[in-house]
Amino acid sequence: MEKLLEVKNLEVSFQTYGGEVQAVRGVSFHLNKGETLAIVGESGSGKSVTSQTIMRLIPTPPGKIKSGQIIFNGEDLVKKTDKEMEQIRGKEIGMIFQDPMTSLNPTMKVGHQIMEVLIKHQKMSKSAAKERAIELLRLVGIPMPEKRVNQYPHEFSGGMRQRAMIAVALASNPKLLIADEPTTALDVTIQAQILELMKDLQKKTGTSIIFITHDLGVVANVADRVAVMYAGKIVEMGTVDEIFYDPRHPYTWGLLASMPSLDSDDQTELAAIPGSPPDLTNPPKGDAFAPRNPYAMKIDFEMEPPMFKVSDTHYAATWLLHPDAPKVEPPEAVKKRLRKLSSNYEKPVVVKESE
Amino acid sequence: MLRYISKRLLYILMTLFLIVTVTFFLMRAAPGGPFSSEKQVPPEIEKNLNEFYGLDRPWYNQYFDYLVSIAKWDFGPSFKYKGQTVNDLINEGFPVSFFLGMESLLLAISIGVLLGIIAALNHNKWQDYTAMVLAVLGISVPSFIMASILQYFLAIKLGLFPVARWESLQHTVLPALALAATPMAFIARLTRSSMLEVLSNDYIRTAKAKGLSRGQITVKHAVRNALLPVVTYLGPLSAQILTGSFVIEKIFGIPGLGSHFVTSISNRDYTTIMGVTVFYSILLLVAVLLVDIAYGFIDPRIKLAGGKKGE
Ligand SMILES: Nc1ncnc2c1ncn2[C@@H]1O[C@H](COP(=O)(O)OP(=O)(O)OP(=O)(O)O)[C@@H](O)[C@H]1O
Ligand SMILES: [Mg+2]
Repeated sequence: MEKLLEVKNLEVSFQTYGGEVQAVRGVSFHLNKGETLAIVGESGSGKSVTSQTIMRLIPTPPGKIKSGQIIFNGEDLVKKTDKEMEQIRGKEIGMIFQDPMTSLNPTMKVGHQIMEVLIKHQKMSKSAAKERAIELLRLVGIPMPEKRVNQYPHEFSGGMRQRAMIAVALASNPKLLIADEPTTALDVTIQAQILELMKDLQKKTGTSIIFITHDLGVVANVADRVAVMYAGKIVEMGTVDEIFYDPRHPYTWGLLASMPSLDSDDQTELAAIPGSPPDLTNPPKGDAFAPRNPYAMKIDFEMEPPMFKVSDTHYAATWLLHPDAPKVEPPEAVKKRLRKLSSNYEKPVVVKESE
Repeated sequence: MLRYISKRLLYILMTLFLIVTVTFFLMRAAPGGPFSSEKQVPPEIEKNLNEFYGLDRPWYNQYFDYLVSIAKWDFGPSFKYKGQTVNDLINEGFPVSFFLGMESLLLAISIGVLLGIIAALNHNKWQDYTAMVLAVLGISVPSFIMASILQYFLAIKLGLFPVARWESLQHTVLPALALAATPMAFIARLTRSSMLEVLSNDYIRTAKAKGLSRGQITVKHAVRNALLPVVTYLGPLSAQILTGSFVIEKIFGIPGLGSHFVTSISNRDYTTIMGVTVFYSILLLVAVLLVDIAYGFIDPRIKLAGGKKGE
């Protein structure tokens, strides 16, 4: 598998009146060509900041990339100037945002907003760009694209707008598509359609996708691998099967337990994780999840857990994987779905810092 | 669209009717007549004059006649300028005032918008602070003081422009600047805040995510939307420039309609006061209508249908 993107030890902070908000605190992950990685986590866990940092879209100041590398196509995006990034944004990396109602310019024709990308990156003429915009609208499933291309966003429904946004993001055949909660603002039926469309387009174009969501339910549908984020860190990462059938981090357990599942009719309580995420101006010493973690041990409040490797693809940062940790049972809702995965190592292995 | 315009025109006519009526009766209610002045006019002559101008007839006759003649675009004779009609005064003075007004309007809009955009793009930097200090000065200094300041520094001290009078393009610069200062400051502040608002919108982030440069984003996505509130302000702005012109024309000795108006007030030149008031009202009402129509063209979300905005 060829790596398209590799984020190494990324740290991003915002300077605010209340102090320095450490939104992303050492995130590392990679993305292979043609693969879909889902990033899940509660609100404020740093998903958007991480993805917008890849595009270098965070406002600086107050934002600042404190350390780390973002290797995209062999080049470090952190080192690029704003001018150089213009050749990456929209061309190599496309982005879809959460709210299709506000993400399109209300006073510009939808077609024109697609054409802008084509004219800028593909150096197309106006008329060629318009032809292509119509084609793209058709591709994303908008009926009567010849007419729609001349309409304004307010003449589109929410789902149609998100389709148009996808057309904008894919106009230049980017190698990477970042979708930041693309379906959160939409009705459930429309959500499913948009997800279907994205999968379909990925098959056709071979784009890699980073799919951000706080809804684990949609993840199983779209992703190959999943990264679970909490308080600016990735706490667990693995293939979809590993995360769903063999989760190791108590936070992932919490997320899974609070996910309504289709296969179980019994109305076991949807246990939302009690408590709230820590204040990232003063991240706690030790494991940031410890105060909300029913399985927390003394060491969780003292020292941050290292990354443990459970299989070639499965990582989790929890002291529970330490050889000396007591054996604990995950919550009932999670236990029901556990499966033995053959790819697992005999024993979890600590990942060295330098790796 | 046509329906909308005809509806608006109807409203304008109704408004005008009200304005004519109110000015007519206010004028009558005001103490003193056109011929009661410091110099006593012999009573016989005053009687003759009143007869000549129809002032001896009952008020309803006068009112009705006035309505009819206004409908025929005839504002009647001036009471004070012998042998001149109010129409003559308007035809003579208005082109001058119009030129001055347009020049100030252009100055106010172009410089105001530019300052506002520069300030917003450099939010909380020295450019922003400088522009906003200038704007506060522009808003708080009344135009007649601004006029004297400009005359003193630019004309008397530096000799860049003539002090007063209305002869060449050079002569128009100072009065236009003095007249434009306050609206310019308003526009600068309005543009700045609206631009800041627009820049914080999601679609600006989308534009950035498309790889557009800062310049492209500013020109294509930000400025157009930021100018919408400024367009709305053009109606009140015209009014401001109109009323401002009364004072400025007097100060700079400009033979425009504004100075005629002021003179006619101190002269109790009733027909001129009323005529110019009605004329200005028409001007303003039409300006507001034009602004609204223009707005419908600029903002696709607004539909000018049957007088209702939006969908
Ligand atoms: N411009 C900013 N200034 C200050 N703090 C910021 C800024 N942008 C983000 N943050 C902070 O960074 C942290 C992470 O935010 P982020 O938007 O990445 O969360 P998220 O995981 O995307 O959440 P959500 O599910 O709500 O979108 C939050 O605590 C947020 O307050
Ligand atoms: Mg987010």
